[in-house]
Amino acid sequence: MNAKVTQTNPEGSAQKEAPKSEEKRRQMPRFFQVLLVPALAILTGFIIGAIVIAVSNDAVVAAFQNFFHAPGAALAATWRAIATAYGALFYGSFGSITEIFRGIQNYFATGDSKPLLLAIYPFTESLATVTPYILAGLAVAVGFKCGLFNIGAEGQFGIGALCSAFVGYSIHGLPWFIHLPLAILAGAAGGAIWGAIPGFLKGFTGAHEVVTTIMMNYISYRLSDWLLNGPMKATGYRPLTPVIEKSAMLPRFFPDPLRFNWGFILALAMAVFVYWFLFKTTLGFEIRSVGANPDGARYAGMNIVRNFVIAMTLSGALAGLAGTAQVLGIDHWVGQGFSAGYGFDSIAIALLGQSHPVGVVLAAFLWGTLRSGATSMQSLAGVPLEIISIIQGLVIVFVAAPAIIRWIYRIRTISTQTTVLTRGWGK
Amino acid sequence: MTTNLVHKNEKKNNLRTRLAAGILLLVAGLAIILLFGLHLKPGQLTTFGLTPQGDKNVIPIPDLVLPVQPAIYVLALVAFFVGGWQLARGIHSTGILAGVVAFCFVAAFLIWAARDNSMDLVGMMNTSLIRATPIALAAMCGVISERTAVINIGIEGIMLVSALASVMGATLLHNLYAGLLAGMLAGMIVAGLHAILCIKFKVDQIISGVAVNIIGTGATSFISNRYMQLNLEKINNSGVFPNIPIPLLVKIPILGPVVFENNIIVYIMLLLVVFLYVLLFYTRWGLRTRAVGEHPKAADTLGVNVYLTRYVNVILGGLIAGVGGAYFTIGSVGRFDKLMTAGKGFIGLAAMIFGNWNPIGALGSSLIFGFADSLQVKMQILKTPIPSEFLQMAPYIVTIIVLAGVVGRVHAPAADGAAYEKQ
Repeated sequence: MNAKVTQTNPEGSAQKEAPKSEEKRRQMPRFFQVLLVPALAILTGFIIGAIVIAVSNDAVVAAFQNFFHAPGAALAATWRAIATAYGALFYGSFGSITEIFRGIQNYFATGDSKPLLLAIYPFTESLATVTPYILAGLAVAVGFKCGLFNIGAEGQFGIGALCSAFVGYSIHGLPWFIHLPLAILAGAAGGAIWGAIPGFLKGFTGAHEVVTTIMMNYISYRLSDWLLNGPMKATGYRPLTPVIEKSAMLPRFFPDPLRFNWGFILALAMAVFVYWFLFKTTLGFEIRSVGANPDGARYAGMNIVRNFVIAMTLSGALAGLAGTAQVLGIDHWVGQGFSAGYGFDSIAIALLGQSHPVGVVLAAFLWGTLRSGATSMQSLAGVPLEIISIIQGLVIVFVAAPAIIRWIYRIRTISTQTTVLTRGWGK
Repeated sequence: MTTNLVHKNEKKNNLRTRLAAGILLLVAGLAIILLFGLHLKPGQLTTFGLTPQGDKNVIPIPDLVLPVQPAIYVLALVAFFVGGWQLARGIHSTGILAGVVAFCFVAAFLIWAARDNSMDLVGMMNTSLIRATPIALAAMCGVISERTAVINIGIEGIMLVSALASVMGATLLHNLYAGLLAGMLAGMIVAGLHAILCIKFKVDQIISGVAVNIIGTGATSFISNRYMQLNLEKINNSGVFPNIPIPLLVKIPILGPVVFENNIIVYIMLLLVVFLYVLLFYTRWGLRTRAVGEHPKAADTLGVNVYLTRYVNVILGGLIAGVGGAYFTIGSVGRFDKLMTAGKGFIGLAAMIFGNWNPIGALGSSLIFGFADSLQVKMQILKTPIPSEFLQMAPYIVTIIVLAGVVGRVHAPAADGAAYEKQ
C-alpha cells in the first residue's frame, strides 16, 4: 500500500513518494489502466443488480422452489427476468438499433422523418437528462479541487433555475440573441451568489462550508416555496412559474417531443472551460494548490481566502447553470421540488469522475443514461427504478476501492494509488 | 520577535471578534424593536399555555399572560444591555451571551406572533424535543465515529435502513422492542460496511459515506416499492411506542410534560447524551477514542489498537443511528415510506459540527433545529404578516450567523477523515 498522493500535486512531491514498482505498472497502456477499474466496477455493479432483480422476481422465486425437479426452468426464469429488465433499461437509454436503421431507410425512401425521430427519442432524451448532471457534477468537482465540500449544489441549482426562469418569463420582446444569454447569465449569477456566501464565510470567518451549504439549501427551499406560491406564481392552482418566453429557450435540435437541446453543447463547453481554468491558468493552479495543501499554498504566498471565494463562486455558478439548462432547455418553467436529488447525484458524479472534467462528463453520461432508461425499465419490466441507485452506489464503492475489484478479478496490475478528492472537514 | 507578532495578531483578532460579536448582539436587539416592537396596540396580551390540556398526569399551573408591548421592550433592552456589555468589557463566554440574546429574540417573536391569542408553549417545547430526537441521535452517531477520525456522512442511509428494518422486525415479531433491536442491528451492519470500506480498504471516507447513502436510499426505496407497500398489513404495520410518563418527575411544572412524558426513544436519546459525554471525557475508553482521533500514530505507539478502536466506535455509532432510524417508524408513525428521513441525517451532521463534536453541544443544536421544525407547524395556525416561509428560514440563517460571527472556528478532531496506515 503506498501513500495517498494527488495525481495533480502541484508541489511535485508525488514523484518522490511513488514506489519503484510504479515503473512496472506503467508498462500497461495508460488509458487501459485508467479505464479498467471503472469498467470492471460498472460490470460488477450490474452483476449484483442482476442478482437483486432475480431475487425480487416472483416468477424466479417460484421456479427456484421447484429447483430440484426442473433446474432448467429455474435458470431459464432467472435469465428471462434479468434479460427483460436490462433489455428494457438499454432500450430506454439508447433506443433500439434496428428501429433506428429502419427509420433511416424509411427517411431516405419516403422522406418521412417521423419513424426516425421516434426511434432516436430514447437516446436524445438520455442526452437531455445528462446535461444538468454534467454541469452539477462539474460544480462539485471544482469545490473538491479547492478542498471544499459543496453539499449545496441543490440549493444553487434551484436558485439558478428560479433566476433564469424569472428573466425568461418577465422580459418580453427581446431578440433571442440578447434574451437567451441574459437568462443564462442570470441563472449562473444566482447560483454564483448562493455559492459565494458559504465561500466568503469560510474564508473570512472559518464557518464550515458543509454546515453553511446545508443551511443555504434549506433557505433556498423556503425561498422557492415562497416565490412559487407568491411573487412568481403563474395564474392557476399549482405553484408553478409562468412558461418562459420563446426567445429565452435554448433551441432544440429536433422537432417537439424530442427535448435534446443546445444545453448539452453548453455543458460540454463548460467542461472544456473548467479543464482550461483548472489546469492551464494561474488561478486554477492556485485553487488546486490550496486544495492539495493549504499550508503549503499559504507559505507560497497564495491568498487562501480569495481562492476559497473564487472556487465556491465558480462552483455555485456551474450548479446554477445546471438549473438554468434544465429550465431553459427542457422544462421551460419551475415547479416545487424542482431541484430534489440533484445535489446528491452531483456529489456522486464528481466522486466517480475523480473530480476531473473529462471524468465528470463520462460519469454524468453513465448517470443520466441510467436514470433516463430506468423509467422504461419500471414500466416495461416492472422493476422498481430504485435498482439504479443500488447499482450506482455499488459502482462508486468499487471505483473508490480498487482493492475489492482486484480481489474479485484476481488482477495484480491494477494500481491501488488513489486520488485524494476530499479533505475531510477541510481544516 | 515572531512570538511577539503572533501575540499581537491574536490580540487584534480577539478585539475584532469582540467588536463583531458585540455589534451583532446590538443588531439583534434593534431587530427585536423594529420587527416586533412597532405597530403594537397598547393593552394587547399574549397567553402562553403551560399545562397540556386533558393531561391527567401533570399538576395544572395557571397560564402565563404577558402584556405584549412592555414584554418586547424589556427583551430588547436585555439584548442591548448584553451587546453593550460585550462591546465594553469583552467577556470570554460569547456563546452564553449569544444564547441569551437568541433567547430574547425568539421569546419576543413568540410573544409578538401570538398576540391577542394563546399558544400552547409546553406543547411546542415538547414537539421541539421530539423533533430533535432523530437529529440528536444522528449527531451522536457522527460524534462517536468522528472522535476516532472516521467521517460518517452516510448517517442518512443508515437511518433509512434501520427505519425499514425496525418496522419490519416489529411487525413480523409482533414486538416493538424486537423492532428496535432489529433497527439497531441493521444500523450496526451498515455502519460496519462503512467501517470496513474506510478502515480496511482505505476508501475516502466521504466517498464511502456518499455510497452508503445512495445504496441505503436505493435499497430501502426498492424494497418499499416492491414489498412494503404491497403487503402493508403483513410487514409494514407495527404500531408505535406509547408515551411513558415517569412517576414523580412528570409532576414538575413545565419540565414534566415537556421531558418526562415521552416515548422510550426520546428517553434513550437523552440518556445517551449524558452517557456518551461521560464516556468520552471521563473514562479510559474516551481518552483512547479521542487520542485515536487527534493523533493516531501517537496512540498506536502507546499501544492503543487504532483499527479496533475505529471499528468499535463506527459500529457503535451505527447502533445509535439505528435508534434514530427506529424513531421514524416505530417511534412516530408505525409504517415505512421511502425517503422518510427527509434529510435529518444531514441536519444531524450540521448539529454535530455546530455542537463542536460534543454530545451536549450536539443536543443543544439539535434542539434548535427541532424548535424550527415545530415552529413550522405552529406558524400555519398563527397569523403573521411576514410570510411563514421567511420565519421558517430564520433558524437556518441564525445558524449561519452564529457559526460565522460568534462561535467562529469549531475544532474537528485533528486526524478527521484520514485513513490510518500502520507502519
